[in-house]
Order: sequence, then structure tokens, then C-alpha cells
Amino acid sequence: MNGQESFSIIGNRKQKSAVEKAAQGIFTLCAFIAILAVASITAYMIMNGTPALFKVGVKEILFGTLWKPTAAGPSFGILYVILTSIIGTTLAVILGVPIGLFTAIFLAETAPKRLAAVVKPAVELLAGIPSVIYGLLGIMVLNPIMYKLELAVFKNSETHQFTGGANLLSAVLVLAIMILPTVINISESALRSVPPQLKSASLALGASHIQTIFRVILPAAKSGIVTAIVLGVGRAIGEAMAITLVSGSSVNIPLPFNSVRFLTTAIVSEMGYAAGVHRQVLFTIGLVLFVFIMIINVTLNKILKKGDVEQ
Amino acid sequence: MRKSKKILALISAAAMTAGLMACGATSQETAQTGQTQEAADTQADAAQDVAAEDAAAEDTTAQEEASQDAGADLSGSISMAGSTSMEKLANAVAESFMAKYPGVTVTAEFTGSSAGIEAVTAGSVDIGNSSRALKEEEKAAGVVENVVAIDGIAVVVDPANTVKDLTKDQLIAIYTGETKNWSELGGEDAPIVVIGREAGSGTRGAFEELVGVEDACAYASELDSTGAVIAKVASTPGAIGYASLDAIDDTVTAVALEGVEPTVENIKAGSYFLSRPFVMATKGEISEQNETVQALFDYLASDEGKAVISGVGLITVD
Repeated sequence: MNGQESFSIIGNRKQKSAVEKAAQGIFTLCAFIAILAVASITAYMIMNGTPALFKVGVKEILFGTLWKPTAAGPSFGILYVILTSIIGTTLAVILGVPIGLFTAIFLAETAPKRLAAVVKPAVELLAGIPSVIYGLLGIMVLNPIMYKLELAVFKNSETHQFTGGANLLSAVLVLAIMILPTVINISESALRSVPPQLKSASLALGASHIQTIFRVILPAAKSGIVTAIVLGVGRAIGEAMAITLVSGSSVNIPLPFNSVRFLTTAIVSEMGYAAGVHRQVLFTIGLVLFVFIMIINVTLNKILKKGDVEQ
Repeated sequence: MRKSKKILALISAAAMTAGLMACGATSQETAQTGQTQEAADTQADAAQDVAAEDAAAEDTTAQEEASQDAGADLSGSISMAGSTSMEKLANAVAESFMAKYPGVTVTAEFTGSSAGIEAVTAGSVDIGNSSRALKEEEKAAGVVENVVAIDGIAVVVDPANTVKDLTKDQLIAIYTGETKNWSELGGEDAPIVVIGREAGSGTRGAFEELVGVEDACAYASELDSTGAVIAKVASTPGAIGYASLDAIDDTVTAVALEGVEPTVENIKAGSYFLSRPFVMATKGEISEQNETVQALFDYLASDEGKAVISGVGLITVD
């Protein structure tokens, strides 16, 4: 061992196998920690979320429509809250995923180099913005516009309760913008990793660029795009801070111009002071959210696997 | 070369560990000195009380010196949590108390009245701020209600609104959703946007109880702090909301109720009917709390403390 060799922790063969074993042990430990975290979170949610279902009744909680937890005779119906989360997330995904996908196609396939050099850093910056900023912008910019729209649409209505712009539509727009960076980045990586031979073959057979994109490249990048959608949906359904400021926080049917409460904002706004049965029902809401995310993940992964099997 | 790098790494790791252990020892020492200082404080406080009872001009200097000595000795920390309506009061009291006793740190969080009572019941803070009277269950859990000030709740509208006066019945009709347009109240043809607070808010509890609309309110927005309500009302034409009187600024207009303006004089006289107590709740009586918390309550009962309370626009209790 002369002085010109670079510094290495592996000195000789005995040390080498010790280092290998140690590394293996560390990696197994890290994986174990990850499994432990998921398992303990699942167990904790089930343990804390189910007592209220027995105390108050599954039908009253899951299918009741009146949420008055601090009244003299409290009612804990979260049906409207569940519907709001489902409808809000679906609308945000319907709005955000096509825009994200087409932006990804633009960046990966059709953008002139100079334009791509402007759009790509913009998208990456968008991904780094904290969610509270989106909420702030929603309050300052989106709510007044929504209020003007609301005044115009419900000009002669006798029954509509005016919300000043904080309604389901504002929340959906904020969520759609929030899931854009995730969807764009992952879809773009998926599109770029399609083997170039497929594209060349398609073009050689006489297909136009657009035909190639939609008939060859997109189906080939399907698994990556489905991953992007899953992550986007996960972010939309789990977002609390941004939409707490723009959604109005009253429990109503999720119509576009109604003040609504999501599963996440319901927990955030009341966890600080809830006591007794109220607190347990909030944990049940968390459990419902948890179950939804599991269902979405399992369903979308099944779609993924089906696609693979066909190929 | 390689061996010396290894030795350097080992030495720096040993040095860092030794530094950590030394830090741990220092903090233990500070805790012990804090306890001996508190014993000295009790004597200083007793001397201060005797000086105050004499109430002569010559004694004032001696009293100031004694309190300055006590101020230099008292140390510790007080944590408060609770009502967002009491934010101005809590910050003013914290500032002046810390100026008088430089060794004390007072911190306050603003999470809502019910959250504050929860926290003090659980023992995670020393004082729970609440902008409503305590409920029976809360008192039964051992929390003592110490009223430190009286506050008014102002009903606010945005500055462009032409309606300046409301009766109690009109207020009930607005908040239950019967009246939906300002034109029914003599204003312009604009819809009423009903803003309120979250379910655990002390302001909401006090407002609904005093107006008589408990469990019957139909809110368009349930916001979670005093500041949020004021900001929303200021920026939404046709909005109406309620907030603590001392938090109102000139971005919103406070309407008169039953012809009575919301001012400190009217609340004292009893003609403005929306007033509620500001409570600094403790787990157990004040005499059972630690030195620093007792000193804070003594300060609030003293003339200095009352000046601070009146200074933020509240009414003192005797």
C-alpha cells in the first residue's frame, strides 16, 4: 500500500466481506423501518378509528348528513364530507391530468429547444412551491374572481347561500394546479424513457408525429403515466393546508358554488380542540381517508398490471 | 496519509461527544441555580408587598428598588395557549411582563378557546386563554376560571356597506339564513355573505349564546381565527362577521346594535349587549401554581397590569 493510492475503507479481503455484511445489514434495517412505519400507522388508524363506529353507529357516521359535533345533541354525519372529497378529487384530476399530460408531451416531444428551456425550469419551480402559498394565492386572486362569477350566475336566486368566493370550485382549481408539477415531471420521464426505436419504426411506417405520439409512445409509457396519475390523485386527496383557506369550511352538498368541507380540512380544523367522542370521530374520518387511498392505490395498480399482462 | 485521516476523524468524533456531554452538565447546573433563585424571590416578593402597603411618596422609591431587585431575580417560563381573540391582550401582557422581569419568558400560541382549555387540562401549557366562560364539564376537570378582562364582540361589515345599525332580531334573521339580501335591511341589493368562526371558538360560543342562535346558524364560511374573519369581511363586499372588539381596525366597519355603538364606555354601562369575559384558566387555583405564574396574576391585578389591559381596549375587572 503506497502513498499514491486513494483512501479506501476496504483494505483487504477480510475487511471486504465484513463491509459487505455490514452494508447488507444496514439496508435490511432501513427496509424494516419502512415496513414498521406503514404497519404501525395502519394499526394505529384502525385502533383509533373504529371505537367511534361502534359508539355512534356505522350508518349514522358514514351515511348521516348532519355534522354538528359540539351541539347539545351531537350528530356526526360525514356523508357530505366524503362526497366532497371524492367529487373534489375527481374534478381536480379530470382538470389537472390532461393538462399535465399534454405539457409532458410538449416538453418531451414537440417543444422547440428554446421554449423547452423556459418551460422546464418553470415546471420544476412549480413543483417546489409549498402548498400554503397556493392557498394564499387562492384567497387573494381566486376568491374575488369566483365571487364575481357567483354573483353573475346566481343573480336572481332566492335560495342560494352566497359564499364570497370560497367554494368547491376554488378548491378544485387550486388542487388541479397543485398536482400539475407531479404529473408533468413523472409523465415526462416516462415518455423520454420509451425506446427511440419504437418512435423511429412508427415514423418509418408512415405515421405522422401526432399519430406516433398517441398510438405508440403513450401506450408504451403507460406504466409511468399511471404512476404519475396515482401520485397526483394521492396529493389531491391528501391536501389540507391549501384548500382550507379557499373552500369555505361549512358542511354542505358538494355543488360547485357551495361552501364545502373536505375529509382533510375537517380533521385539520377541529383536531385542536376536539374531546371525547368528537375526537374519536375525527380519527374515524382519518381512517376513511386512509381506506380511500388504499383503494385508489390497489385499483390503479391492478390497471397497471393488467396493461403489462396484455403486453 | 490514510492513517492520519482516520485518526483525525476519531479525534473529532470524540471531541463532539465530549462537547455534548458538557452541554448536558451545564443545563443541569442552570436548573439548580433557577431553584435557588426562586427561593430568594419569595423573600423579595414579601418585602415588595410590605413596601406597597405603606403607600407613601417616600416609599415609592424603595418599592421601585425592591421590585427592580425582584424583577432581576424572577426567572422561568410561562406558556399560554388558546383564544385568538385574546391575541392582542396576551402579546401586550407578555411584552410588559417580560420587560419587568427580564428572566422570565412568556410564550403564547393562538389555537382557539376550546383548544386552549384542552391544553391546560392536559397540562401541556400553564395558562389556557378562553374568550368565553368555562363549561361545567371543564370546571369539573379541575380547571379554574380566572376572569382577567371583559371584552365586547363587534359585528363587522365591509366599509362599503351602507347599513350601519342592526337590531337583535335582524341579526338572528341574518345568521339563521332567513334574510339573504342587504336590500331587506335598507341597504343595497347585494347578497349577505355570512362569516363565522369554527365550532370550538370562544367568540362563536359567546356570540351564539348572547344572540340566541345556538345550533341554528347557517354559515357560508367557518374560519378559524379572529384575524381571518376580519380579513375575509374586509375583502368581500356584502360580508358580515363577528370578532373581538379590540381586534377591529379600520379595514372593517363595526355596526351599532339596537342603536348602541360598540365602545368601551357602552360595554361598561351595560347598554351594548354583546360582551363576554376573557378568562385565563389554570389547572387548579392560582395559589397552587408555580412562582412565575402567580407573579403574572399578581401583575394583572396590579395597577400596571390594569393599565396594560385598558391600553389594548378591554375593560378591567375589579
